[in-house]
Amino acid sequence: MAHYLIGRLAEALVVLIIMSFVIFFLIALMPGDPIDVMIASNPELTPADAVRLRALHGLDLPIWQRYVNWLTAALGGDLGFSRNFNRPVFEVLLPRLGNTVILLGISSILAIAIAIPLGIIAALRPHSLADGAVNLFCFAGISIPPFWFAILLIMLFAVTLGLLPAGGVEPIDGGGLAGRARHLILPVAALALASLAGFTRFMRASMMEALRQDYIRTARAKGLTDRRVVIGHALRNAMLPLVTIIALDFGSLFSGALVTETVFAYLGMGKLIVDAIFGNDFNLALVALLMATFVVLIGNLLADVGYAFLDPRISFRSLEARR
Amino acid sequence: MRPMRTALAAAIAVSLAPGITLAANDELVIGIGQYPEGFHPSLFSHVAQSLVLGAVRRPFTAYDPDWNLICMLCTELPSLENGTARESTNAAGEPALEVDYAIHPDATWGDGTPITTKDVMFTWQVGRTEAAGIGNQELYRNIEQIDVHDDKRFTLHLDRRECSFAGLGDFDLLPAHLEADAFAEPREYKQRTLYETDTTNPGLYFGPYRITRVEPGALVVLEPNPTWWGAKPNFERVVFRIIENTAALEANLLSGEIDYIAGEDGITLDQALAFENRHGDDYDVVFKSGLIYEHIDVRQDNPILKDLRVRQALMYATNRQGISERLFEGKQPVAHSSVNPLDSVHFDDVPKYQFDPARAAALLEEAGWTELRDGVRYNAAGERLTFEIMTTAGNRIRELVEQALQSMWAEVGIDLRIRNQPPRVLFGQTLRQREFSATAMFAWVSSPENIPWTTLRSDMIPTEANNFSGQNYTGYLSPEMDDTMERIRVECAPETQQALWQEIQTRYATDLPALPLYFRANAFVMPKWLQGVTPTGHQNPSTLWIENWQSTE
Repeated sequence: MAHYLIGRLAEALVVLIIMSFVIFFLIALMPGDPIDVMIASNPELTPADAVRLRALHGLDLPIWQRYVNWLTAALGGDLGFSRNFNRPVFEVLLPRLGNTVILLGISSILAIAIAIPLGIIAALRPHSLADGAVNLFCFAGISIPPFWFAILLIMLFAVTLGLLPAGGVEPIDGGGLAGRARHLILPVAALALASLAGFTRFMRASMMEALRQDYIRTARAKGLTDRRVVIGHALRNAMLPLVTIIALDFGSLFSGALVTETVFAYLGMGKLIVDAIFGNDFNLALVALLMATFVVLIGNLLADVGYAFLDPRISFRSLEARR
Repeated sequence: MRPMRTALAAAIAVSLAPGITLAANDELVIGIGQYPEGFHPSLFSHVAQSLVLGAVRRPFTAYDPDWNLICMLCTELPSLENGTARESTNAAGEPALEVDYAIHPDATWGDGTPITTKDVMFTWQVGRTEAAGIGNQELYRNIEQIDVHDDKRFTLHLDRRECSFAGLGDFDLLPAHLEADAFAEPREYKQRTLYETDTTNPGLYFGPYRITRVEPGALVVLEPNPTWWGAKPNFERVVFRIIENTAALEANLLSGEIDYIAGEDGITLDQALAFENRHGDDYDVVFKSGLIYEHIDVRQDNPILKDLRVRQALMYATNRQGISERLFEGKQPVAHSSVNPLDSVHFDDVPKYQFDPARAAALLEEAGWTELRDGVRYNAAGERLTFEIMTTAGNRIRELVEQALQSMWAEVGIDLRIRNQPPRVLFGQTLRQREFSATAMFAWVSSPENIPWTTLRSDMIPTEANNFSGQNYTGYLSPEMDDTMERIRVECAPETQQALWQEIQTRYATDLPALPLYFRANAFVMPKWLQGVTPTGHQNPSTLWIENWQSTE
């Protein structure tokens, strides 16, 4: 297993270096630079000032030279400064990454924890009233635009009932764990709904598929209880497609939370990346996108490890052979 | 079942637990849309930054809410009449100026250190050092020498004679006793300045408040500055809370999370109009038009638009008053030139183009666009009267205005094609490199008494030869306008100034390098209990008078 993991991490490193090159060039090729933003907001800035500032910040150098400069500094541990925050990039990124991981982590766990039983209930009695109710809930969850649902939650719980804060990460004066928890309830609910509906549909479908398999008939013929058949035999196999979907969801770790983070003024990575790109904050955008790439790679690695644990037929050796 | 019940009870308890807050009247929470890029007054230039710094610092001079230049950190505005400004010559023997200033006698940094001419000298040194990365270096470069008379009085020797000498608003004073070490290596100053590394250091500020806490991206907390020499501010704490989504900003106001949405960086005009209709009984919504000038840049070398009669026809065919009333409920006044009526140099008697489609049609006929086929005009050579308009994609209001223009201009036989681009493409490339084919709708931000140097002068047309510097995107070439703008800088007699400003505005409205639309208005959404907030409409934010803000409850 260790050999497999080391191999995958080495692969990830190569992917990251290639991605740094690609992302840097794509960002550099976009029209406009940080000095354009300064000119737009300061009518007193003269063209001579713009030329001087471009030279000062190395923005007049060829792209390849800027990339080499950046890579040399990055390999030396200096990832540069964020233009939007005038702070070291990592100092800006880490708290945001923590916030997004908490938000996504809780909402994903919540979604999975609800989706699995709902999917099983629906699959056990297809076309029943319960199945119909679950399906209705799922289609509603998939159809409702996340930003609209988020606004609806704010209007109901923050504006009308005044029970929960409308946004932010924590109260102005801190407020400890309880304060943070109160600020998480609405964004988690908004984010969980979309994932929950999708996960439930997948769980229902894969559970129905699993329940049709020969080994389930065999298990029932052996006289096992329904509970043992479903939990002990069908569920493990039905989980495999769900793991794939959850692994793919890692890709939306940053982008998927963007709407929720924006509406709830939640300081996370999704919003940070978009603002960095639109605000010409090259360093921040580059490092944040690399971090997103890294998290996706780790997510896929965890999914592969998950397969091996869920399905005894998949071993690390076979995974390694597949590489 | 028991764990489920316990979890539910815990969730309800958590949801009902109130946060810790000061008494409502002691604290003011202001909602704004962006976090300041930085807190150093001259390294950055950002609306959110100027709002925060307005409460914790004071410029030497500023424009007041009535758009008059006043002293804030100085004691008297210099003038040629009272002898505090004098004509002189520079080192090269050319006409120049000497200007006297005195720092307010009680002015003190937040740590108790008096503000002195040492700070003036240090600021000048930072400002003229290229490697320090100051944005607007022009002001510092124009100062040839500073004579220090004592701790509070100094004389600036300007290297040229310019009439706008009295304003020293961009000379952002820095505390020499704190910042000198950070400036030891100018190239690293931007990263090492205490404004970024020790933002809550009280010695960095000298306004009614000082910054006591910052949460990057989330909030900035201010508390009264005990060394402030002016009127005592009324709130024990002011919090700037950053909420970037305007719908969320509104929801936060309604839920009581914030008290006031600052107009300088708050909700959009259409949102504010809808908000006023729904909640006008509970909140005051103040609309203030200002220096953001919405217009349509017209390429002067476009084969169709280079004809002045066609540009005039476009003006007559546009019902700007109708657009303002229908889309903005009349809150954004129609512009007749680039100078706002609130500006002291505004001249009202310029050519005005009232909505008159018949006159527009006659002008087009006169310009040779005589034949009408399928509602579109053609000239004798069979060319179709069609051109493009561009604006920032995603800006709902501008896109609505474009559609209105398309419909109005179609009435007189013009086929307008809409081709929008994301803002960074439009501003970063298309306009900067003059890649638009005909017209582009966007806004200029200016300042009171601002000479439109970079947008109208002939040598400010971006070309490859000048590395695309300058903002004269239309390619407007007028030796007369160049001459007037040159003269207005140096001929300072009040009557001459007035005549020259009239000439600039009249020529602008006559030549139509751009089609004036309207002056954008900002919406300030305030609770009824908040009094004393006076929107300015210019670059000096309302927070410069924050000590006058109070709660009536």
